[in-house]
Amino acid sequence: MEDNKPQLLKVTVDGIEVEVEPGTTILQAARKIGGDVAPPAMCYYQPLKGSGGKCRACLVRVAAGSAKDPRPMPKLVASCITPVQDGMVVENTTNPQVLEARKGVVEFLLLNHPLDCPVCDQAGECDLQNFAYNHGMATTRYEEERRLFEKRDIGPYIQLHMTRCILCYRCVYTADQITEKRVHGVMNRGDAAEISTYIEKAVDNDFSGNVIDVCPVGALTDKTYRFKNRVWFTKPVDAHRDCPTCSGNVTLWYRGEDVIRVTARKNEWNEVKEFICNTCRFDKKKTSDWVIEGPTKIARSSVITANKYRKDSIKTSEFALRLAADEYKQTDDIRDRSQLGIQQLPPERFKALPHAMDPEP
Amino acid sequence: MGKKILLEHIDVPGIETFEVYRKMGGYTAVEKAIKTLTPDEVVEEVKKSGVRGRGGAGFPMGMKWSFLAKPEGVPRYLVCNADESEPGTFKDHYLMKNIPHLLIEGMIVSSFALGANKSFIYVRGELMYVIRILEKAIAEAKAAGFLGKNILGTGYDLELVVQPGGGAYICGEETALLESLEGKRGNPRNKPPFPAVKGLYQSPTVVNNVESIATTPWIINNGGEAYAGIGIGRSTGTKLISASGHINKPGVYEIELGVPVEDFIYADEWCGGIRPGHKLKAVVAGGSSVPILPADLILKLANGDKRLMSYESLSDGGFATGTMLGSGGFIVFDETSCIVRNTWNFSRFYHHESCGQCSPCREGTGWMEKVLHRLEYGHGNMHDIDLLVDVAKKIEGNTICPLGDAAAWPVASAIRHFREEFEWHVTHPHEATQPGAVYRGEMALV
Repeated sequence: MEDNKPQLLKVTVDGIEVEVEPGTTILQAARKIGGDVAPPAMCYYQPLKGSGGKCRACLVRVAAGSAKDPRPMPKLVASCITPVQDGMVVENTTNPQVLEARKGVVEFLLLNHPLDCPVCDQAGECDLQNFAYNHGMATTRYEEERRLFEKRDIGPYIQLHMTRCILCYRCVYTADQITEKRVHGVMNRGDAAEISTYIEKAVDNDFSGNVIDVCPVGALTDKTYRFKNRVWFTKPVDAHRDCPTCSGNVTLWYRGEDVIRVTARKNEWNEVKEFICNTCRFDKKKTSDWVIEGPTKIARSSVITANKYRKDSIKTSEFALRLAADEYKQTDDIRDRSQLGIQQLPPERFKALPHAMDPEP
Repeated sequence: MGKKILLEHIDVPGIETFEVYRKMGGYTAVEKAIKTLTPDEVVEEVKKSGVRGRGGAGFPMGMKWSFLAKPEGVPRYLVCNADESEPGTFKDHYLMKNIPHLLIEGMIVSSFALGANKSFIYVRGELMYVIRILEKAIAEAKAAGFLGKNILGTGYDLELVVQPGGGAYICGEETALLESLEGKRGNPRNKPPFPAVKGLYQSPTVVNNVESIATTPWIINNGGEAYAGIGIGRSTGTKLISASGHINKPGVYEIELGVPVEDFIYADEWCGGIRPGHKLKAVVAGGSSVPILPADLILKLANGDKRLMSYESLSDGGFATGTMLGSGGFIVFDETSCIVRNTWNFSRFYHHESCGQCSPCREGTGWMEKVLHRLEYGHGNMHDIDLLVDVAKKIEGNTICPLGDAAAWPVASAIRHFREEFEWHVTHPHEATQPGAVYRGEMALV
């Protein structure tokens, strides 16, 4: 009998081999492995067709194109749009050129994105924050005037803060692919480019609220929730309702007894599993509207869990030691840490502190 | 006198009309190709000729044609890239304006070779009068039976459409051009898929420069081998060079590839030397996006041999001591040119023209322009010079399309070869900001 199963392709990312189906991109293959091996992504969004390739955050080096043609690719490639080939060898965090390029991308993205995380509504859920924290520099070298925009009213539910926008195009793809009439897009060129509706108050489609979920930064926020709370004070709970327009599967965000926000459910890559309608998102904010399923599973290292775990349930040993050792390493690396009783960890452990994308321990 | 292929009849009065062009031997290539050759034989001749893309990248044209996918029942397209807008490059404009039928003839031959029944000429929107010239030429060719249904009774159909562009430099990048042609925002596409597989309207497409397409009639008439016999090494044939700057005779010249750069600048046949009383300081050899070279490096290779006008010779030494032939925009600077101001000016252009799709180019081009602006106006510091080099390095190679490289190379190369001039702007801000001030070794010339 003929075997109709597609032949799996072997890919090696940072020395870890994984088998994937033909047509898989490098990023998807790396995500299959998970952890730090998965490149960061600001513009790529798996549920959206045609997204990716723009932010250049996921650049990787292909050290060997395939088993047949093991030549390395001349330039760094965007892993989110480059399909894998059998025998491909990819270098992600193990390649200094890649880390250098990412440092550059963080710096470029932060040129015109204000570092006002303490007052931004997206704080604690921001992909750019995580990306900058893991791959960026502590300071900026940019001294010029920054880009500023007048506030613009794009409709009753969504607040556009163009100043924070990083032009990832995700909201444009969302509007294009899941709403009936696209009413917003990108205008102008270069660093004068902006997301705009051209005519004010134009975003009022039934599924328009999803642009809030896909925005990786705080440029598009929920007007019914803005500044009502901080994400680490809330408790996310999975719930569903019988909705005629969408699947009705959502996450309710509780503060005390009140539902203060409704969002679509997201996976570990911060991508929504199903898009939801505006009625579920903006109008159903009573517990009685929903069938509660249970607490949302969130990575323990995420800031979202900060106020919801009892102190004694957090295993402090490794995290605290890593933090202490890391800080100590920066002040004086010559002395022997073992003298201070600090556990010696291999240097690659210092690369990144736990973040939202870490797998659960 | 060098060999002329494209500009052979350029001075004939009335060559822009069908009658005169036909009288001078025009459209014989169409007759020969359609009546006596198969499409594959035409492709083979172009392959044999070794002609390389004249838009800047220099990729062998025959090879590009042979990559074209040919699935059953799917139309194929030929798109002529006439969106020429690189600072210092104006050869396609000159060719289309003066001898439009050469391009039309080339389009018919090339479309036949590729099996395209509808082809497009995407012309920069500012050149409305050129568009009218081309449309008139197309109407004449159609009336004479060289376009439209059943060309010369052979059963081959071809419709030729002239499309005005949106007036954006980025629309000259082949995938952005296709997006623009489809009526969308001119943003470059991610590759792969390449246009040869999925191009215009998701169909296999070849995008070629005006000059490349205009060479095909000669190749068909005289054979690919005859064309390969002109030029030097892998740089076969002739090339149009748009010469501008501080030379005695700016203009468009057709040269046989392999002419020494020194001859091209100083011979009366071409640029006629630097303007009287001045001396050569630097040259941008292939349009503003290629690295700038100081006088000694543009005239001689690192080993002391004469540098030639060819793809290989100009790029000899990599970016450390070499540059690129690019699109042939040859800009000459004498010692009265301020390299910092010039670099800022180029950078201003790329900042303005970046499409803003990918982050390094969108943010980086603006950053470089602002730092250069500060340096030019005496507000820079030494750290800025290294900063520029680093920013250019972070853009180069990390963007979707080559506009990022095009913006980074002029800056990086100017600092590589003229660093002391940038430093002078920092150390002597007062002198450097005087009108017309130029660094000349230790002392400023005002």
